[in-house]
Amino acid sequence: MSASLSRAVNVLKEVIDAPIASYFNSCVHCGLCAEACLFYTETGDPKYTPIHKLEPLRRVYEQEYTLLGRLLKLVGLSKPVSDAELGEWQELVYDSCTMCGRCSMVCPVGNDIVYMVRKLREGMAIAGHAPEGVVSATSRTIEIGSPMGVKLPALKAQIGHLKTETGLDVPLDLEGAEYMVLLSSMEIINFPEYLNAIAKIMKQAGKTWTICSTAFEATNSGIQIGVSDLARVIVSRIVEGAERLKVKTVISPECGHAYTAVRWEGPNLIGRPYTFKVQHILEVLDEFRNQGLLKTQGFEEERLTFHDPCQLVRRGGVIEQPRNLMNMVSKNFVETSDPGKYNWCCGGGGGVSANDNAEEIRLIAFKRKKAQLDVVKPDKLVTACANCRIVLEEGLEHYQMDLPVVGLTEMIAEHLAES
Amino acid sequence: MDAALFLNWVRGTGLQVAIFIFLLGTVWRLVEIYSLGRKPDLAERRHVPGASGWHTLWRRSIPIPGMMQRSGLTYIAGYAFHLGLAVVVFLFAPHIRLIQELTGISWPALPSQFVDLAAVVTLAAMLVVLADRIRQPVKRFLSTFGDWMAWLVTFLPVLTGYLAARHLLLPYTLMLSLHILSVELLLVLLPFTKLFHAFTVWPSRWFNGDVQGKKGVAV
Repeated sequence: MSASLSRAVNVLKEVIDAPIASYFNSCVHCGLCAEACLFYTETGDPKYTPIHKLEPLRRVYEQEYTLLGRLLKLVGLSKPVSDAELGEWQELVYDSCTMCGRCSMVCPVGNDIVYMVRKLREGMAIAGHAPEGVVSATSRTIEIGSPMGVKLPALKAQIGHLKTETGLDVPLDLEGAEYMVLLSSMEIINFPEYLNAIAKIMKQAGKTWTICSTAFEATNSGIQIGVSDLARVIVSRIVEGAERLKVKTVISPECGHAYTAVRWEGPNLIGRPYTFKVQHILEVLDEFRNQGLLKTQGFEEERLTFHDPCQLVRRGGVIEQPRNLMNMVSKNFVETSDPGKYNWCCGGGGGVSANDNAEEIRLIAFKRKKAQLDVVKPDKLVTACANCRIVLEEGLEHYQMDLPVVGLTEMIAEHLAES
Repeated sequence: MDAALFLNWVRGTGLQVAIFIFLLGTVWRLVEIYSLGRKPDLAERRHVPGASGWHTLWRRSIPIPGMMQRSGLTYIAGYAFHLGLAVVVFLFAPHIRLIQELTGISWPALPSQFVDLAAVVTLAAMLVVLADRIRQPVKRFLSTFGDWMAWLVTFLPVLTGYLAARHLLLPYTLMLSLHILSVELLLVLLPFTKLFHAFTVWPSRWFNGDVQGKKGVAV
């Protein structure tokens, strides 16, 4: 056994816990999880069945933690996981899984399949079988500070532009601010509207806020490739920044995995609860709305629909807030089929959009979203995740669908009442 | 061995051995699985009504929107044979008498015509499930030796039980002995095959519902 393979097997042994053991013992091979997975529904290929994607993890479980499995391994009736096999599985564990978690919603015996995919990725990455695109995004985040290589000067330049154009101030490193705003690189480079929107909304709400110069990046591809050590380094920056600036709440941006990383995995990665609160920007906006601090005027005339980012909605629990906010500025908001926690992924989450090997299958999987949109026929598609947004835009372009995609925060900001 | 001796053996030693292996195996497997434990979740949890492990215990019995259309047969046949099995195993008067002899606990039985009907429904549903496993590409792809074996050792007790109760095919004593023997086979294999989901399904649903419940998502 090569050193990297034995490290991988050790990592897999370490991540296996009672839930995983319970799940593997519960699976009855009914195949229902396939019907919940867009990579299966859009290809019809059984190899994309979610539970099958976990085969290497299942075998390690059986061979290491069950008496029968240990006996079978001893007499050579159960073949050990090989490096080549893990290599083959990359396609199933990374290219064709966005960790959207829809399989975990349908499994009749209750298996949390995506929980196990996340754990299997830990072993895959250690063995060197994580896709190049996501690995390099993670190393850029560790070394430079952002997966897209965005550094502080780029952010400062954007802050400068914002001030010149709108007169709005973006406070950097303001100690004692109520909110510390995180951004995703995608927002700094591709969607500067987001920062503009935040500045306007915070001003209207009369809240103090800041951006931390050492922790402005929220995305955490460490959790996408499945390397907890790296994910911990990335999340620790945010924790240190928030504690140094003594903020009350850290706001996760319109990015699904960033929210999962900082809200749900973060405390477990650093091994202690936070001393501050973490909210998604839509939670904050909905709270402002409730408290009368968010005042809008006018309505969108067009037919709008909302694409639920998986990590925010099904895996994050921010379900009603986007709907409240949509209705605040729209009189013609229509849901697609399977809205909210039942949503279908854009096809690019979980590192898939950063993975070149996955490009072809991602566009095939997009047919699911296309079919939903073809029924609703919206004039505009609203979402709350910069990654979904890019993936949706690419998919729409590929299928020659003329449909603008906007961020919800930015749309709200456009309707802010003049003070 | 004549029929009476065979019946005596399956009713006596055979049953004792089977129950012993079943109980020991079940306890062993439960310890093996759940002693692995899990790490505490340090993220601040949400409290949303309906989102918890306990809710998922029962909610997961209902397909989410769209799934009946996509895979109705799996649900309907699955329900039919699980409910049918429950009726046949736990509501047939002779079974309740046996359980009473062993444990002292008893409850009212269903009239035997109903149990007969439930047995026929169970057998039919199990044949449908088997045909579906052979025909449907995903199920066929996932299937292992264990799946076919689990099907067989579940089917045989229902079949032999039905034939014995209706006095069909073989002399009653022999058929009854075969029935008891097939149940013993089922008991012995249950802890070590996918049939063990009868136990693990509940904690599995609970774990899933708990993890998502912390996030405020009712699954």
